[in-house]
Amino acid sequence: MRLLRTQIACELKVLARNGEQLLLILGIPLLLLSFFSNVDILPTAGQTSVNFLLPGIIALAIMSTAMVSLGIATGFERSYQVLKRLGATPLGVGRLVLAKAISVFVVEVAQLLLLVGLAKIFGANLNAVNIGKLVIALVLGTLAFSGIGLSLAGRLRGEVNLAAQNALYLLLLLIGGIVFPLQNLPTPLHWVARVAPSGALADVMRDAFSATSIHGVSSLVVLLCWAVSAQLAAVKLFRWN
Amino acid sequence: MKAGLTVSQLVIKYDDVTAVDHVSFSAQPGRVTVILGPNGAGKTSTIEACEGFIAPSSGSIQVLGLDPQLQRKQLNQRMGIMLQDGGIYPSSRVGELVQQYCALYGKRVDSRSLIARVGLQSVASSTYRRLSGGEKQRLSLALALAAQPEIIFLDEPTSGIDVNGRDLVRLIIRELRDSGCCVIVATHELDEAERIADDVLIFHRGNVVASGTLNQLRSGREEIRFRSTSHIDLHSLSTTLGLPVEQTRQHEFTIAGTSDARVIVQLTDWAKANNVDVGDIGAGSQRLDDVFRRLTAESAS
Repeated sequence: MRLLRTQIACELKVLARNGEQLLLILGIPLLLLSFFSNVDILPTAGQTSVNFLLPGIIALAIMSTAMVSLGIATGFERSYQVLKRLGATPLGVGRLVLAKAISVFVVEVAQLLLLVGLAKIFGANLNAVNIGKLVIALVLGTLAFSGIGLSLAGRLRGEVNLAAQNALYLLLLLIGGIVFPLQNLPTPLHWVARVAPSGALADVMRDAFSATSIHGVSSLVVLLCWAVSAQLAAVKLFRWN
Repeated sequence: MKAGLTVSQLVIKYDDVTAVDHVSFSAQPGRVTVILGPNGAGKTSTIEACEGFIAPSSGSIQVLGLDPQLQRKQLNQRMGIMLQDGGIYPSSRVGELVQQYCALYGKRVDSRSLIARVGLQSVASSTYRRLSGGEKQRLSLALALAAQPEIIFLDEPTSGIDVNGRDLVRLIIRELRDSGCCVIVATHELDEAERIADDVLIFHRGNVVASGTLNQLRSGREEIRFRSTSHIDLHSLSTTLGLPVEQTRQHEFTIAGTSDARVIVQLTDWAKANNVDVGDIGAGSQRLDDVFRRLTAESAS
């Protein structure tokens, strides 16, 4: 337990010191929620702006933390041989992975609290929130995106991995129904978005917050498939050194 | 005495390339064993197999009586390692990092004392990326010392370190040896090996071409060394002395097979007669770099 605590503290300290990562995991989600909740220029599928945006922005926050932040940090740690060095301490590989997983969940809970708190300030109605569905969405989304992030981090060089994670983040943000409804996308892109992990997570998250899911169970199945396949891919593709 | 490290018939292959080819050796606790060799000789592959990072293609390794592949967890508690290239995140702060490693090993090593021991007090709050090459090496050494190791693997520990830093690293290596630790150092710096080694292994093209104590490797190889900036007619000098003479470096020459003072007199007489300047004359056992050059040349041929 002592080793795990030490490593979690270290992971969080490194994250807190990294300005780019903080911008990604907190700055961008909070900015998007604040701006589009108060500047009514996007279609919101008949809901108030803040009520429409909140689930999608939480999905975005999960993607930022579990995929981009974890993926970039792990990719650089791999390049700098930090993982190799830590693997030769009593911490071991198992505890290192667990420490990273717990750190991601700690950050996600902090993101969730901050985003929900801000949404409340902007007048969001949170009476219909289903905590069970929210936890399922959080867990499946984290598994799916961490699997994708670690698959890239395990194979690409540090700088290439950085570019790839950021490009994928932008792409999944645009086609994920996060800041505007999926049905507003052109038909071919709509189908791509339905099977994209960001689209599925945003839709499942909407179901958890306000029962306004567009594709319901099919989004949950898509997200489950991503969670399983991305983790299997990470196990297969990840290289420690 | 029970060996700290025993390597038997170790083979390491990367696809079709054999990096280490049936290597066997042992290293004792309380001694500094230096693994010498040019780049690509198989030193780092051998060390990484001993540390458990690489699985041998065949052969066996016992570190403190443990198999590094099967008993890695137990071994990690007792082994200190210093990687050739850091293994440290650039934004990590010196003080926090040493503290983290002391906590991970849980050996009650005081992080501030450890930082002082490697002479990094003045940069304790600096990030790794701001350290000089020598400071980075000393930090890496501190992380290995946090383990209070029974065996320590140091890969090129003095590379890029200034003179004072080298003295400090040598002092720490001697302290480790005196405390009974089995110290394994891989280096291609022959001068460094000569200063710290009790035992030497010379690697060349994946094989151990020589092993033994420094004295064993140098014994029976007397020579006279001298410097000259003049053109030396090696054939003329060799004929006069009746001994082989060769140029080892620019302006440096050796007369092999003797350290007899009478030959030195013959040398200076020949120099005077041929109007050749000769200086820095020394006699004694062959230097390690000459031993190394000879052995690797023999192995190559």
